Amino acid sequence: MGYDPQNPMAGRITDLGPPYYGKFLPPIIANNKGKWLYHEILQPGVLVHVSETGDECYTVRAATCRLISVELIRELCDIADKHCGGFLRFTTRNNVEFMVDSKDKVQPLLDDLKSRGNKFPVGGTGAGVTNIVHTQGWVHCHTPATDASGPVKAVMDELFDLFGSHKLPAQVRIALACCLNMCGAVHASDIAILGVHRKPPMVDHERIGPVCEIPLAIAACPTGAIKPGKAEVEGKEVKTVVVNNDRCMFCGNCYTMCPAMPLADPEGDGIAILVGGKVSNRKSAPKFSKLVIPFLPNTPPRWPETVAAVKNIVETYAKDARKYERVGEWAERIGWEKFFEKCNIPFTDKSIDDYRLAYDTWRTSTLFKHTNATASYTE
Amino acid sequence: MAKHDTPLLDQLESGPWPSFVSDLKRQAETKPECWDILGQLELSYHDRITHWKHGGIVGVFGYGGGIVGRYSDVPKQFPGVEHFHTVRVNQPSSKFYSTENLRAICDLWEKYGSGMTNMHGSTGDLVLLGTRTENLEPLFWDLTHDLGQDLGGSGSNLRTPSCCLGEARCEWACYDTQELCHQMTLKYQDELHRPAFPYKFKFKFSGCPNDCVASIARSDFSVIGTWKDDIHIDQAAVKEYIAGNYPANGGAHSGRDWGPFNIKKEVINLCPTQCMWMEGDELKIDNSECNRCMHCINVMPRALRPGKEKGATICMGAKAPILEGAQFATMIVPFVKVDKDNEYQEVVDYIEKAWDWWMEVGKNRERLGEAMQRVGLPTFLSVMGVDPLPQHIREPRSNPYVFWKSEEVEGGFDRDIREFRKRHAM
Repeated sequence: MGYDPQNPMAGRITDLGPPYYGKFLPPIIANNKGKWLYHEILQPGVLVHVSETGDECYTVRAATCRLISVELIRELCDIADKHCGGFLRFTTRNNVEFMVDSKDKVQPLLDDLKSRGNKFPVGGTGAGVTNIVHTQGWVHCHTPATDASGPVKAVMDELFDLFGSHKLPAQVRIALACCLNMCGAVHASDIAILGVHRKPPMVDHERIGPVCEIPLAIAACPTGAIKPGKAEVEGKEVKTVVVNNDRCMFCGNCYTMCPAMPLADPEGDGIAILVGGKVSNRKSAPKFSKLVIPFLPNTPPRWPETVAAVKNIVETYAKDARKYERVGEWAERIGWEKFFEKCNIPFTDKSIDDYRLAYDTWRTSTLFKHTNATASYTE
Repeated sequence: MAKHDTPLLDQLESGPWPSFVSDLKRQAETKPECWDILGQLELSYHDRITHWKHGGIVGVFGYGGGIVGRYSDVPKQFPGVEHFHTVRVNQPSSKFYSTENLRAICDLWEKYGSGMTNMHGSTGDLVLLGTRTENLEPLFWDLTHDLGQDLGGSGSNLRTPSCCLGEARCEWACYDTQELCHQMTLKYQDELHRPAFPYKFKFKFSGCPNDCVASIARSDFSVIGTWKDDIHIDQAAVKEYIAGNYPANGGAHSGRDWGPFNIKKEVINLCPTQCMWMEGDELKIDNSECNRCMHCINVMPRALRPGKEKGATICMGAKAPILEGAQFATMIVPFVKVDKDNEYQEVVDYIEKAWDWWMEVGKNRERLGEAMQRVGLPTFLSVMGVDPLPQHIREPRSNPYVFWKSEEVEGGFDRDIREFRKRHAM
């Protein structure tokens, strides 16, 4: 029948929900669901899971860009049809997984992936750097302070060796959010690449009346930096808002609520680097990522400053941390003052919390180590 | 749509990591609007600013979400992305697909949209990236009628739930995450498609405290698998790890020589509660002192396994920093059975208590976690019908400002000042 615009409600069906996942499980998975005994990572990107039944499931994990074309998905389907009986899956971190039910099927699958150039690099397991969780950036989003796919490509090109290897003390989860809305768990990542604005919003007095609910714009500001105001537009007085720039910390929530308050700016916008977050409860409680570099410029197409900063942190951590230590656990053990010294990152007051619950982050003891930062006191 | 010069983006075609630019160019051969995606992105790279307008409400009849409106702010230059709405498609639990299904989605998207997708969005939906308003209803028709699939959520609603792969392939799954995720998504279709909440609300289901779907970091209602009995130990396997015959952590550290496996340094000493020790060549765990962090199990998957009495811990109120600051989900229910046979009634009861309350008292755009902070945890626990436990806090309060209630204090609060004054001169 097809959709009939003259009769939009005719034949409409809704509230179907997702397809039942059970029909998409490869037989090796369906037959052994709930019966798995243990796993092993045979080489970077290749896992085996062994079942109580004796069955073995071999998984090959490969990266994708997350932003992928239907042509590429069809190519993934070709691979899955050829090697995996027509099934595949995607991971939480945007990798693709191909599953086969015997070891002899692994190498042909690896060879196939390799034969397609650099489209499907195998890796993303164990104590390495897996795929970077990221958002839309300039490809699609209206609030970004940076791009997403570009910096991800640039950073992963540099860290590529760590994607296909297990050389680090523990897994390093890198995530990118193109603005403070942080779509994804960027606030709890080993390394977070975060788009930030640094200029307060402009107010478009001509447009604010027609496109915004002014009370919502005012309520949107967590620091109370926005208040009602009046302006003159073409000789007429209009209701608008006024921004107290001293109170603005450029979170952009006002723009989220009100299109007449844009704040993005090529010079003002850029990237902040936060480190030390983790999501799991393993050994220590989940941790937030902490802001260590407040600003790096947007320098498309390859963001060399951001790439260098991330690489430096990863390399310093890799050299200094103990086996199993996550970045945040390492930083806490050595002390954040040592983190700044070892990574050679200049410390500024922009890393000192002055928002809600800031007191919880202040050092209220004499338990600190001397570093080059306290040289003027100790020499 | 003309081909555009993209000298900046072209520089992202080199390097070992896959190139989204090359992918877009290939797709442009059959979907020329991809050239406009590239062209506008190139302009953004040059201008260092986005060229997408703010929002724009679009959708399909009957739903209040699932489609995010997007319009180019330079449509004359890039007509192929004049409209660039995204359609969120509810993914199958833990993102298993048949190629037949994926190919059908590809064909559908090639027919109605730009050919570009996100596999997947951060919440978990399969994102179809970029189509025009007039295509939305026909696409939705074909999606529902021909593919039997549905949109995900957006707006102030229940967002599309997601889960780790759980029992499908993980030996540590303490409940069937896929089934719970699927059933909860079906049960709450109305809440998902018709935004009626103060703000967004997210479910995320992880099978164990490793939390591979980052449930505790980003969901309002976080269900994390756990057990209440003892970690199961296979002592013969422990010996194999000690002997170096089984790789520690399933081989996750194979790229560096960390030296021979040392169970004391790598497991016993790293236990956060120090509840493990060796007796001769046998590993012992005092389970009453275990807080189920998963470290020892992660290190020795062939020797240690979660207990048999499995269920889940429910934590609530996680969110990203906007607006009041980031929160992890707070532990609310220490243990709940996750039982399909009674339609997950225990889990559902907690969800619905939270919603009933939050819909009532939540301010506009106030996340559950922010409402919890506003009213305080003691109040929230009583709303949830959960008795206060020391497990709910990391430490007791250090200010003594306790809100005693009149009925808790002998004699109540009403007192007569004149009687008082008779006894105490001013």
